[in-house]
Amino acid sequence: MNESITALETDELPPSKGLFQERWDILKRNKIAYGSFWFLMSLLALAFFGKLLTRYIVVFDPKIVRLSEKFLPPLTAFTSSITPKEDAPTFDIYLFGTDELGRDVFARMLEGTSVSLSVGFVAVGIMLTVGIFFGGIAGYYGRVKLGFITVDTIIMRFVDIMLCFPTFFLILTVVALLPPSIYNIMIVIGLTSWMGTARFVRAEFLSLRDQDFVAAARSQAIPEWRIIFIHMVPNAIAPVLVSATLGVASAILTESALSFLGFGVQPPDATWGNILSDGKNFLFDAPWLTFIPGFTILLVVLAFNLCGEGLREAFNPKLKTTY
Amino acid sequence: MVNFILRNIWQRIILLIFISIISHAIVHLAPGEPALVDPSNPRMKAEDIQRIRAAFHLDEPLHVQYVYWVKDLFTGELKSFKDNQPVMEKIWKRFLNSLPLFVIATFITWCLAFPVGIRAAVNRDSTFDRSSTFVSYALISIPGFFLSYLVIIFMVKTFNIPVLGMRTFGLENASFLFQSMDRVWHLTIPALMSAIAGTAVLSRYVRSQMSEVLHQDYMRTARAKGLPEDQVIYHHGLRNALLPFITMFGLTIPGLIGGSVIFEQIFSWPGMGRLGYEAILARDFPIILTLNFMTAILVLVGTLVSDILYAVVDPRIKF
Repeated sequence: MNESITALETDELPPSKGLFQERWDILKRNKIAYGSFWFLMSLLALAFFGKLLTRYIVVFDPKIVRLSEKFLPPLTAFTSSITPKEDAPTFDIYLFGTDELGRDVFARMLEGTSVSLSVGFVAVGIMLTVGIFFGGIAGYYGRVKLGFITVDTIIMRFVDIMLCFPTFFLILTVVALLPPSIYNIMIVIGLTSWMGTARFVRAEFLSLRDQDFVAAARSQAIPEWRIIFIHMVPNAIAPVLVSATLGVASAILTESALSFLGFGVQPPDATWGNILSDGKNFLFDAPWLTFIPGFTILLVVLAFNLCGEGLREAFNPKLKTTY
Repeated sequence: MVNFILRNIWQRIILLIFISIISHAIVHLAPGEPALVDPSNPRMKAEDIQRIRAAFHLDEPLHVQYVYWVKDLFTGELKSFKDNQPVMEKIWKRFLNSLPLFVIATFITWCLAFPVGIRAAVNRDSTFDRSSTFVSYALISIPGFFLSYLVIIFMVKTFNIPVLGMRTFGLENASFLFQSMDRVWHLTIPALMSAIAGTAVLSRYVRSQMSEVLHQDYMRTARAKGLPEDQVIYHHGLRNALLPFITMFGLTIPGLIGGSVIFEQIFSWPGMGRLGYEAILARDFPIILTLNFMTAILVLVGTLVSDILYAVVDPRIKF
């Protein structure tokens, strides 16, 4: 019975799919991108549980200092008689070894996962907000004149000005002059990277603003902000999604570079970047302090880049699902 | 054509004025004044701080400070807060150090990226294509300083070559040949390291440009004429794929200052990026501002030159 129904359905045209369903199927065919997508999803889950565990369960606490246990290589069992039993690491084993203060590197990496990812995501959130706002305004009100120049000219010249700053130097200047705080780093990275998004959104809006659904929305006297942000932005989301994914990757890298120069997230907050830059001082005595965070950053940033690249290919309108 | 160039220069000058105003405002409005760098120093009394602030015009309103800065910059009178040396002279000295690093890194980048990108595009989906794609993503994703440390350890342990600084200390009396070899060795690793990320990005661009061009009709025509494959790819294909890279070349110039901070720090290279980093630490506003301003000039000149070159190279572009 079932078989005959499927046979009937295949005689007709295949059921029409939404844009995202169609693009999702293209992404699925790219095994590397699809794999890195699920890798990142599981990393998010890990970051979430890591946050909960390090916050509420004592044995996971990354801040416990055990000076008698410093520089233990990875996979050392907990055998100390000096350190009290309640300070023992997870499962009584130092999975990733200990650092110069005898802190459990596994617990610190777990804490760093959520901090590093939230630096990336908040910075990208700011980048998207500012980028979509300016890009949307420039694209929608582009022809409106303010005095002798158009809105579009003002905003795009401002984008040009921002592009002329050497980004990393600007970030460094502002972060060094402001009091050190994790929020300043997120905000500064976000505010110096929105120009690309603004350009993409503007380009999409230029073709969207003359389409029928926008005219229909305008004819119903829907407020303009609602047309821009509720009706038009979802239609321009594809390039934004790609630049967001790549943006998280570069934000994580920027944070680690800032940590290297001593302006990153300050202790006691652990991020992959500052574990790595602390660890490099003990490169010869305790190489795992450098290699574990280094290769973690490499793996995660690589996954973000491959996933973003897969999304870019999937949203490329020249590609269609072929059966 | 002349009209186009003049209009472009005029627009860029206006942009430059806005850039200098914004960067001046950012640097001066951020908390942390030069006088407050060493707050625990007991010899700094309140009246001393006041005197220093007056000497550097820091007690004036912001727009007056801006005018002072611009006036000093263009009369060559601008002095560093830290050691009272002329700013332009300091920057020029560091610029001469940065230049060989930048030139060689750029040279390595362009010489490596093109062959890799072209080969990947011509043999699409081959093993070479897949592995070069993966390797370039890996090189983009690795923190630059982590990779540099790995390379330093490897190089020093295996080849026993010097990597830190610009020259080995105490070689001043050695023969010229020996000294220059020493300089070359010191230059190699930093240049290679700062070229790596750029090479990875550029080879991806080359690949996508090339594979777009390879599907054009004129390529099929060239093959149909019976031209040898090499001539088809390099003469008909590559020359058309090269166009967008004129723009990219203009955009690599600001890397001279901003992109080199990390690598100059790792390899203790006394260049412009490090000068900027030291100036930031010391709140040396004239140097920070002047470096920012010069980067902006470099970007604007770079884009202007690439716009003009674009028009010269591609006859399809009209003004």
